[in-house]
Amino acid sequence: MHADPKGVLTGTHYLDGDHAAAEGACAAGCRFLAGYPITPSTEVAERCALRFPMIGGTFIQMEDELASIAAILGASWGGLKTFTVTSGPGFSLMMENIGLGIMMECPCVIINVQRGGPSTGLPTLPAQADMMQARWGSHGDYEIIALSPNSPQECFDLTIEAVNLSEQYRLPVMLMMDECIGHMTEKVVIPLAEEIDIVPRRWTREKPDTYLPYKPCDDLVPEIAPLGYGYRFHTTGLTHDQRGYPVLNAETQEECVGRLMDKVNKNAENIYHLEKHNLDDADVILISYGISSRVAIPAVGKAREDGIKVGELRLITVWPFPENLIRELAGNIKAFVMPEINYGQVVLEVERCVGGKCKTRLVGHAGGWVHDPESIYQAIKEVAQ
Amino acid sequence: MSHTDVVISGFGGQGVIMAGIVLGKTISIFSDGFATMTQNFGPEARGGACTAQVVVDSDNPIRYPYVQHPKILIAMSQEGYEKHEPNLASDGLLLYEEELVEPHPGKRDQIKALGIPAARIAEEFGNPMVLNMVMIGFLAGTSNLIDIEPAKKAIAGCVPSHFIELNHRAFDKGYEYGRNKLEALKAAGSEV
Amino acid sequence: MTVAENKKTIGNIPEHPKSLLLRMDRMPHIWCSRCGIGIVVGCLAAALEKAGLSPDDITITSGIGCTGRVAGYVKVDSFHTTHGRAIPFAVGLALSRPDLKHVVFSGDGDLVSIGGNHFIHAARRNQNLLVICVNNFTYAMTGGQLAPTTPVTARATTAPYGSFENPFCLPNLAISAGADYVARWTSLHIRRMTDTFEEALNREGFRFIEIIAPCSTIYARRNKLGTGLDLMKYYYENSEIKHDATAEELEIGFQTKIVVGKFVDKERPSYARAMNRHLGKILGKKYIPPEVGGPQ
Ligand code: SF4
Repeated sequence: MHADPKGVLTGTHYLDGDHAAAEGACAAGCRFLAGYPITPSTEVAERCALRFPMIGGTFIQMEDELASIAAILGASWGGLKTFTVTSGPGFSLMMENIGLGIMMECPCVIINVQRGGPSTGLPTLPAQADMMQARWGSHGDYEIIALSPNSPQECFDLTIEAVNLSEQYRLPVMLMMDECIGHMTEKVVIPLAEEIDIVPRRWTREKPDTYLPYKPCDDLVPEIAPLGYGYRFHTTGLTHDQRGYPVLNAETQEECVGRLMDKVNKNAENIYHLEKHNLDDADVILISYGISSRVAIPAVGKAREDGIKVGELRLITVWPFPENLIRELAGNIKAFVMPEINYGQVVLEVERCVGGKCKTRLVGHAGGWVHDPESIYQAIKEVAQ
Repeated sequence: MSHTDVVISGFGGQGVIMAGIVLGKTISIFSDGFATMTQNFGPEARGGACTAQVVVDSDNPIRYPYVQHPKILIAMSQEGYEKHEPNLASDGLLLYEEELVEPHPGKRDQIKALGIPAARIAEEFGNPMVLNMVMIGFLAGTSNLIDIEPAKKAIAGCVPSHFIELNHRAFDKGYEYGRNKLEALKAAGSEV
Repeated sequence: MTVAENKKTIGNIPEHPKSLLLRMDRMPHIWCSRCGIGIVVGCLAAALEKAGLSPDDITITSGIGCTGRVAGYVKVDSFHTTHGRAIPFAVGLALSRPDLKHVVFSGDGDLVSIGGNHFIHAARRNQNLLVICVNNFTYAMTGGQLAPTTPVTARATTAPYGSFENPFCLPNLAISAGADYVARWTSLHIRRMTDTFEEALNREGFRFIEIIAPCSTIYARRNKLGTGLDLMKYYYENSEIKHDATAEELEIGFQTKIVVGKFVDKERPSYARAMNRHLGKILGKKYIPPEVGGPQ
């Protein structure tokens, strides 16, 4: 399916990441945004408040982030493509109903323009320290999809990808931006509507009398019934069977939660979006995501000038994590170097997959600004010895 | 001019960010180049010091997005000058508002320093808000970073339609002042 | 098919009279005998029928708690959400499907304690929601803790010496937040409750109806008030219908008089209507009214 031209501002623009993400949502077909102002993400909501009335969308500024996420789940069940946008403190508040979205299998997108934490932290300065929260923040076991853009163009492109993935796999998808990308302005090319692929809502083809709301298709994802068409379905945050009815025992828990995990893990190969450079003959591989992938560029260049064979792996999809690829690469290289604007989050996953087969070096700090490329260069040099 | 790092610095309300956007747009939308603009947010974005960084490349997409040693510094406040001048490349170009910034003479001889009374020129237009466009015109007139036509297109896309003409005139004035300044320097025998 | 039509087709098979609205495959329900919640569900089913609505015309959303289980037993598109968030969830439903009627059916702790902020803001914005609150003065599902409605001196597990904090008076809260339609009945007032539901179903805006109902197992027992039946007797003897009651008269003390009635019935444009009107006026032809969700 192609994008609805109404929402596609075709042309060449000079936009920051926040505005580009808003345009991505419009182009992806999002027609409902419930949000609450929070620096440095507010520009996304502001642009949608301006644009939505002219493309048939509804923007509502809710009373808080608890309400924002609840409202987008409701509107998603109502049949609209929905998203919300926030930053650290608001992301924490949303955790409750991110869990509900996962349990009810509700397509929606949550954009987090990351800033320094914990707590109020650094409202206007960057961090990449909510990566594990994106993965594990709501209670209980689940799998999530999270993407990380490194340019305004990708804020546009990956918002569309996030919306599409959320529809395909029926779950909340996170777009993990950061303050730097959110407030970085670059050329953003918005293509023609017919050049944008859109995943439509997976409406069921079953009749009401045979429809089971949580009966999975072959790809382990169940189909959705529209409201008011006689399906009279029930959905709940409680552990449920295929009818959507609460069944509170260990077997149902296994089946229900097991499938929520499997639908991401077993489809992971189709979800991964990675950028790879010079991995084949590398001695050291730099793994990065978001702004850190761009900050590392001078460091990689300098190390190559020194004759070090450096490969680059950029995680555009951070979750699910490309486990097998890391395992494979670990056997062939001396070390992974990973810059993150945190004290070590995604690098823990790298270490886990490496399992001691090579060195893993974090270049981390608490946030507030990007790395000095020199620190990344030094790390590469050290591990290449 | 393949790769040029530019810093525009002033205080909040002077249109520093807007100047950065016009510059970035001129290059990446209306010329064939690439430009990434980043800005310093933070408490300093509310009325205090304000800085826009624009990384420009005429041939290749910008990968590393930040400025380390600007080739061009546009200073519209003393504070901005003090903060960024030490990072200015040794063969750099300093463009400053001459009533708001007092450069330290003789400190770094290789740097070309050119002043303009942009605030007074803006006042003469009856609108101090166009100071930033005078500075962008001055940049166009004193460097080969941007051309007039694409800059004017960029300005037209950035200001409300009834202000386009005023901003274009402010740009022209800055451009003209820059050209004349270079001519005068040439006439005085200095290498331009 | 309306409930009435369905009854005709059932023929001789003895069915629960409200079986069209109930998920019979989920019976027996979890509620205690003599609990008041079931009565309120029955009245809503009756009101739906009287209003000439099909179950496909409405959605029901609940939060968490004994009353929060209502969504699981009604045979309509129904949502059992998280604690306190039924209202904002239903705001999303209402704005994406303005062609349907959206009912929030939950308890006092859910709606005005953990969900209190959502309650007042949905009322302020006049969202198109019918909010039915079963008030039994306690957190029943978790065993009888102090609620924001527990009357002073009444006991709860977390107020073992009796409550000394001032409770919310729910109609007053709804009225001051701007609700368009505010009523209170007890679970004894079956006919009036049903009529109020019917009237409320057929209009727009934020409609709030409080039903005082017995929690026989927990609240009644802990406070030595007898059985659910004894509480019904208390309602019978102590409730007074007064549509023009003052704010003070609406307050409820421990086993004091309960003033019931319809206190507010006014018309303001709903959020959706106000949005359409305002944006249409400001943007003119550029305004595209919100898309309605569902298969195209
Ligand atoms: S505990 Fe109270 S409120 Fe809950 S079902 Fe039993 S009687 Fe009803």
